[in-house]
Amino acid sequence: MEASNQIVIVGNGISGVTCARHIRKVDSQVKITIVSGETDYFFSRTALMYIYMGHMKYEHTKPYADDFWSKNRIDLKSGWVKQVDFDLKSLSFENGEKLSYDRLILATGSKPNKFGWPGQDLLGVQGLYSMQDLNSMEKRTSAITRAVIVGGGLIGVEMAEMFATRKIPVTFLVRGKCFWDNVLPPEEAQLVARHIKEHHIDLRLSTELSEILDDGNGEVKAVKTSTGEIIPCEFVGLTAGVSPNIDFLKNSGLKTNRGIVVNKKFQTNIPEVYSIGDCVEFTEAPGPDRKNIEQVWYTGRMHGETLAYNLTHDNQVDYKPGIWFNSAKFFDIEYQTYGFLPTSWGEDKWSFYWEDDKGKMAIRLLFDAEDRILATNVFGWRMRHEFFDTAIKEGWKADRLMKQLREASFNPEFYKDYHMEVVNKYNQEKGRDVQLSKKSIFQKIFGYNS
Amino acid sequence: MKILQKIGVLLTIVGLVIFTVTPFLGSYQLDEATTIAATKDIHNEAMVEVLRPMFGKLYTSNFAFISSFKDYFNSYNETLKSNQEWDKVIWDDYSFSITKASSIGPVKEHPLIFLSLSIGLTILGGLLYILPLYRGVPDGIKNDGIFFSSMMARGWLGMITGAYLILFYILLYWFPEYLTNLVLMVDPISIFLSGGPASQWFLYGFIYSFAIVVMGLRMFRKYKGNNYQLIRTTSVMFFQLSFAFILPEILVLFNKPWHDFKNIWPLDYSFFYEYRLDGMINSGALGMFMLIFGILLIVIGVPLFTYFYGKRWYCSWVCGCGGLAETLGDPYRQLSDKSVKSWQIERYLIHGVLVFAVVMTGLTITNYFMGFELLGQATDQLHSIYGFAIGSIFAGVVGTGFYPFMGNRVWCRFGCPLAAYLGLVQRFKSRFRITTNGGQCISCGNCSTYCEMGIDVRWYAQRGQNIVRSSCVGCGVCSAVCPRGVLKLENGDEEGRINDMPIIIGNDSVKAKL
Repeated sequence: MEASNQIVIVGNGISGVTCARHIRKVDSQVKITIVSGETDYFFSRTALMYIYMGHMKYEHTKPYADDFWSKNRIDLKSGWVKQVDFDLKSLSFENGEKLSYDRLILATGSKPNKFGWPGQDLLGVQGLYSMQDLNSMEKRTSAITRAVIVGGGLIGVEMAEMFATRKIPVTFLVRGKCFWDNVLPPEEAQLVARHIKEHHIDLRLSTELSEILDDGNGEVKAVKTSTGEIIPCEFVGLTAGVSPNIDFLKNSGLKTNRGIVVNKKFQTNIPEVYSIGDCVEFTEAPGPDRKNIEQVWYTGRMHGETLAYNLTHDNQVDYKPGIWFNSAKFFDIEYQTYGFLPTSWGEDKWSFYWEDDKGKMAIRLLFDAEDRILATNVFGWRMRHEFFDTAIKEGWKADRLMKQLREASFNPEFYKDYHMEVVNKYNQEKGRDVQLSKKSIFQKIFGYNS
Repeated sequence: MKILQKIGVLLTIVGLVIFTVTPFLGSYQLDEATTIAATKDIHNEAMVEVLRPMFGKLYTSNFAFISSFKDYFNSYNETLKSNQEWDKVIWDDYSFSITKASSIGPVKEHPLIFLSLSIGLTILGGLLYILPLYRGVPDGIKNDGIFFSSMMARGWLGMITGAYLILFYILLYWFPEYLTNLVLMVDPISIFLSGGPASQWFLYGFIYSFAIVVMGLRMFRKYKGNNYQLIRTTSVMFFQLSFAFILPEILVLFNKPWHDFKNIWPLDYSFFYEYRLDGMINSGALGMFMLIFGILLIVIGVPLFTYFYGKRWYCSWVCGCGGLAETLGDPYRQLSDKSVKSWQIERYLIHGVLVFAVVMTGLTITNYFMGFELLGQATDQLHSIYGFAIGSIFAGVVGTGFYPFMGNRVWCRFGCPLAAYLGLVQRFKSRFRITTNGGQCISCGNCSTYCEMGIDVRWYAQRGQNIVRSSCVGCGVCSAVCPRGVLKLENGDEEGRINDMPIIIGNDSVKAKL
C-alpha cells in the first residue's frame, strides 16, 4: 500500500516521539518523519530548568543518542510548519519547503497562557515551555535585580527555583488564597507555600497581575499588582498554565476548539489526520475524573503509545488511561499523587492526613464511605506506583492499606520509617485498631520481605 | 560565599603552594655513615666507593644532588654491565633512600612545621570552606552551577587540577627521590605509628586518608538529609582510616608484615606473590590468619555479600579506591561518558585486566609450589608489566589523575579486576537491583548525568525496567538526584529482578511492551 507509507509527525516532544518509536517497533517498513522547529533532537522538556540551573547541559536532556534515530530509520526534519494543506496532504514550512504525507500526526504541544494583560508582549515577559523560551530567559536574566512570576502552578515554582539558584530575587504572584489551591487541599497547599517561603521567595498570595509597565524602550520595568503595588523588575515569567499550540491550524478545515478535537482513537475530523499530546481536546473526557485536555508528560506518552498501536494493528482500541498519577518537585520537596484527589469532598468521602513534625512530609489518603481507597497525595515520601495503582484499582479498605503502608514506601534505604507514627495517628483519630508487625532483624539485614 | 569560606579557599591555596615548593627547599650533603645506613649491608662497601666523590660536597638543590648521584651510580653499573660482571651490578634503587638521608635544611629540622604549613593548612582551609556549606539551606541535593563550573565541567581549573594530580602520581611512582622533603615531613607521624621512618607510600597513605576524611565531610554537607549517603560515606572514611592506614602501621610496629585486611585479590594483585606469601607464612598465627582471611574473602566473602547486597558492599562502602572516588572524586561524577561505545570499551578492558590478573596469579602460585623451576623469571616479568601498566599507570595516574577529565571512577569502571569479579556475581547471581517506579519517569536525565559509572540509567528508568548492571557500584546518587522518586536501590527476590519486557503502569488501553 503505497498510499499509507509515509507517516509525518509534527512535534518531537514526548507524544510524537513515543508514537514514532512504537510504530517502528511493530512496522519496520513504514517511512516515519518527525518534524520540529524547536530542536533537532528530542529532549526532555521537563528538564529545561536543570539546564538553567547548571545541573545539566542540553545534551544530557536528550533521552536517546543522536544515532538512535538513523538506526531506527526515523527521519528528523528541522523546520517550523507554517500551514497544512489537508486536501493535498502537504505541509508547508516557514522557509517555503514542502513535505507531503499519507498519514499525519499532530503533536504540537502547548504554549504559555497570556490573559490579555497590558504589557504582556514587552521584552522580558515570557513563559517557559520551549527551548526558545529557555534561551531567551537565559539572555534576559543575566543581570537583573528582580524577577516577577505570575501564576502559581508547577512551572511557576520551577521558575522560582531556577532564579533562586542564581541568587535572583523573586516575587511570586499567586491568585489563590493558597499555593496551587485549585489542585491541592488546604493543608498540602500550605505545606508547599511554607517551603517556597523557606527558600526566600517573596510569595504573594491572593494577588493578581494588573499590568506590566514599559521602560520606554519596549522592555519591562515593573509590574503593577491587583493591590496597586508597583514592583520594579526586569523580567516577568508568565506561568498561569498553558493552552494547545494550534494557531497555525485555525481555519484550515481541521476541527479545533481549545485544542485539536479528537475522539478516543485520536482521530480528527479529517481522515488520516491524528492528534496526540498537549494540543488535543477530547470530544469526551477519557475517564470519569479526567479533563478533556490533558497536558502532562505521562499522558502525552500514553497518547503516543495508544495511537501507535492503532496505526499498526487491525483491531482499534480506545484511549483508556488507568488510575491517574502525577508527580512534581517543589524545590526540595517531592510530590506524588495516585488516583484523583480533589481539593475538597462531600459527606460520601473521608480523608486521613498526616504531616511530620517539621511540616515537610505529608500523606493524605482519601476513602469512600465504604472505606475503599480512592486517592493519595504524598509529600517528601516516595511511594510505589504499583502499590497504589493496585490498591486503588482493587479498592483496598482503609485498615488494610494502613497496615501495608510500609510496603508502599519507595524511600532510599536507611530513611526514617514513619509507618508506626502514621498508623498511631490514624488509630487515634479514626478510632481504629490497626496493629503493625515488626520486621525481624533477619528481615532488616537481608532485605527479605517474608 | 561567606568570609570564612573565602579565607578557607585562600588557606588551601597557600597550603598547596607550600606543599608544591617544599620538595625544592634545603640542601643535600652525603657522607660515609649516611651511605652505609641507607644501603643494604652487601652493598655498603661498593656504594661507599661509588659515592665517595660526593662526600662532603654541599648540593644546593635536589636536582643537582640526584643528578650527581645518578651519574656516579649509573656509570658504576654501566662499567660492570659492559664487562659482563652481572653478579656485581647493583640492581637496587638507592636514589630515594640516599637522597632522603642526605637532606639538610629547614624541612629536616622542622618537619612538623612544614607538615602544618602544607598539608595542615590545606586541610584547615578545606574545612573552613566545607563546614559552612549549605548551612541554613533546607535539606536536598543542590547540583547548582556544576556545569558552569571551571573546576567541575572540564574548564581550566579542572585541567590544572588533573595535570597536577598526574604529575604527583608520576613523581610518586617513578621519581620519589624528588619528593624526599615531603616524606621527611611525615617521618614523625610514621615513627609514632610504626616506629620506623616514612616511605613515599606512607606519605601517600597519609594524604589519601586525609583526602577521604575531609572530602567525606563535604559529602555530609552536600548530601545532608540523605541517610544512605551519610552512612555509606562514614563507612568508607572508617575503612580507610582504620584498615588501610593505621592498622597496617601498627602491624609493622609489632614486626608483622604491612597488611590491609580489607584489600582483596585481584585488586590486591600481589597477595599471592612470593614475598607476600612468605611474609604471612612466617608471621605466626596472625600471618596465617591474614592468609586464610584473605582467601576466604575471595572465595566466600565476595560471592556471599554480593549475592545479598550487590557489589556496593565493597565498591562504595569499603574499598579505598572507591572511597577516594566517592569523596575526593564526587565533584567530578558527572564527567563519565554515557555512550554505548564507552560501555563496550569498558567491558573489554575490565574483563581483560581480570584475565591478566588471574593468569598472572595462576602462574605465580604454580611457580611458588614448584620452587621456581618451571618458569623462573617469567613471573617476575609479568609482575613488573602488571605493576607498571595496571597497578601504577591505570589505577594511579589514570585512575585518580583523570578525575577532572573522565569522572571519578575511571579505574573502577575500566580497570579494576576485583570490580570485574564482583560485577559478574552482581549481574548473574544477586538480590540487588535498582527498581524503577512504575510510570513516573520524566526522562529528565539527572540519573544518567550523575552516574559515576557511566550507566545510562534513564534508558532503563523510562522503560520501567530494573537496572541490573555489572558495573553499578550502588552509590545511590541516581536515586538521590531523581526529582520524581523513580529509583530505589533494593535487595529482593531474584524472581522478576531482570525484567527485559517491562510494562509501564498507567495505560489501560494497550500494554505497551518497550
